[in-house]
Amino acid sequence: MTFWEILGTVLLLALKSFVLLALLLVFIAYALLADRKIWAAVQLRRGPNVVGPWGLFQSFADLLKFVLKEPIIPAGANKALFLLAPLVFATLALAAWAVIPLAEGWAIADLNVGITYIFAISSLGVYGVLMGGWASNSKYAFLGALRSAAQMISYEVSLGFVIICVLLCAGSLNLSRIVMAQDTSLGILGWYWLWLFPMFVVFFISALAETNRPPFDLPEAESELVAGYMVEYSSTPYLLFMLGEYVAIMTMCALGTVLFLGGWLSPIPFAPFTWVPGLIWFALKASFLFFMIAMVKAMVPRYRYDQLMRLGWKVFLPLSLVSVVVVAFVLKLTGLAPGA
Amino acid sequence: MSAAAAFFYLFAGVTIASGFMVIASRNPVASVLFLILAFVNAAGLFVMMGAEFLAMILVVVYVGAVAVLFLFVVMMLDVDFAQLRQGFQQYLPIGALIGAVFLIELLLVVGSWTIDPGLVQAPLGPVASAESVTNTQALGRVLYTDYVFFFQLAGLILLVAMIGAIVLTLRDRPGVKRQNIAVQNARTQTMAVETRKVPSRQGVEV
Repeated sequence: MTFWEILGTVLLLALKSFVLLALLLVFIAYALLADRKIWAAVQLRRGPNVVGPWGLFQSFADLLKFVLKEPIIPAGANKALFLLAPLVFATLALAAWAVIPLAEGWAIADLNVGITYIFAISSLGVYGVLMGGWASNSKYAFLGALRSAAQMISYEVSLGFVIICVLLCAGSLNLSRIVMAQDTSLGILGWYWLWLFPMFVVFFISALAETNRPPFDLPEAESELVAGYMVEYSSTPYLLFMLGEYVAIMTMCALGTVLFLGGWLSPIPFAPFTWVPGLIWFALKASFLFFMIAMVKAMVPRYRYDQLMRLGWKVFLPLSLVSVVVVAFVLKLTGLAPGA
Repeated sequence: MSAAAAFFYLFAGVTIASGFMVIASRNPVASVLFLILAFVNAAGLFVMMGAEFLAMILVVVYVGAVAVLFLFVVMMLDVDFAQLRQGFQQYLPIGALIGAVFLIELLLVVGSWTIDPGLVQAPLGPVASAESVTNTQALGRVLYTDYVFFFQLAGLILLVAMIGAIVLTLRDRPGVKRQNIAVQNARTQTMAVETRKVPSRQGVEV
């Protein structure tokens, strides 16, 4: 490869990443608005409706507000770590999107170990939280960070076993291959949400816990810990934490779409529906998952901490562990195992 | 210099520098964070060698789980470094001696390292080409097919270690309030709330 070829590849990659980043951030701006609107609708409120028609520009106004405010750094804080934490959190959350296939062949990096990459990146997210909580030098922030770390580690375990179940069925760690393995003549009935329904439920609930969403938002628990690990943050650093959180939620939605809802595939596998671009199906499915997450926030009261830990370790872990064994046995005995 | 070499020196350089900072840094939390940086860069080196699965597993296991526990403990403990460094002068000669012994051993082993020329010419058995077998498949075949008994044995040893750790730390503490979820879920409104008619100006006995 000549120098110009390398430069061309790098520029193309940068362009792709930039387009994906822009799309993702706009999508998240509206997902955030939708989140607030759904929450409001459940509580018979109107939600944000002042900035722009139906409040459509609310998220952008919030962005301006956050950026223009004064960043406050507590005197007792470890300054370097305090500012590094939100950067780490947001960057890692965005990094996971490098391997997600939005449509056939539309992934920036089509890694062979795509799913392990996402798992590794999301397990790193806990450092942003821990660093932020510790560097703030505040007991609320520290308690929030400790809770958050324990919670994320606990639910990562069952999430891992759920992913293994899907891998056993798909026979690949590559996200595009996992989607293609669901491409059967059955359409929506051939996707893994039906065949692995209990695992889909475990995945959904673990995703809520992993991203610190209600009813598992104990790290933030505004009634006891003020705002958890973010309590000392203001302005842009706070924005980065919040952005990272929503990006992580969208990552989980995208992951759920790829693993259980057939990624970019059309739900009805014949003519007029297969003409719709895969990106649209993907966005619709991810939005559906996000809608469910938003509804959970509106409807379910917060868990107590011991209930949370019990659910993770005593219910989900045995359940997902047993289903790995069951799925493996069924695949082996019926000869359905890929590559068998 | 090719791009691969540049990345190799970047990852290797940061690994060594952060490895040094682990022992040089004054703040224990910073030490652990540098250790994590070293792990992540080592994962980058794995990726450069084509061992992508190992790289990801290194991040998941060491960075995502083990180092988090380190960080947990270090953050909760109040480590007084002045106290820890007190005996530094006193122990320096012994430490230097042990370090020197290790260094000489390493030099002797690495210095006399030769690869059998026969091995280089004829690889052991047929090796599948890198295109037909992915990293994950190759590792899976070695672990779960070729060496499954050793794998099971290793698992058994880990299980024994785990049970041992639990037995060592298990103590029966009296007076701990435990929640019984089944009992809590079985509560009904009639068990939790009592409705009474309160006569005016008389009140009720509670």
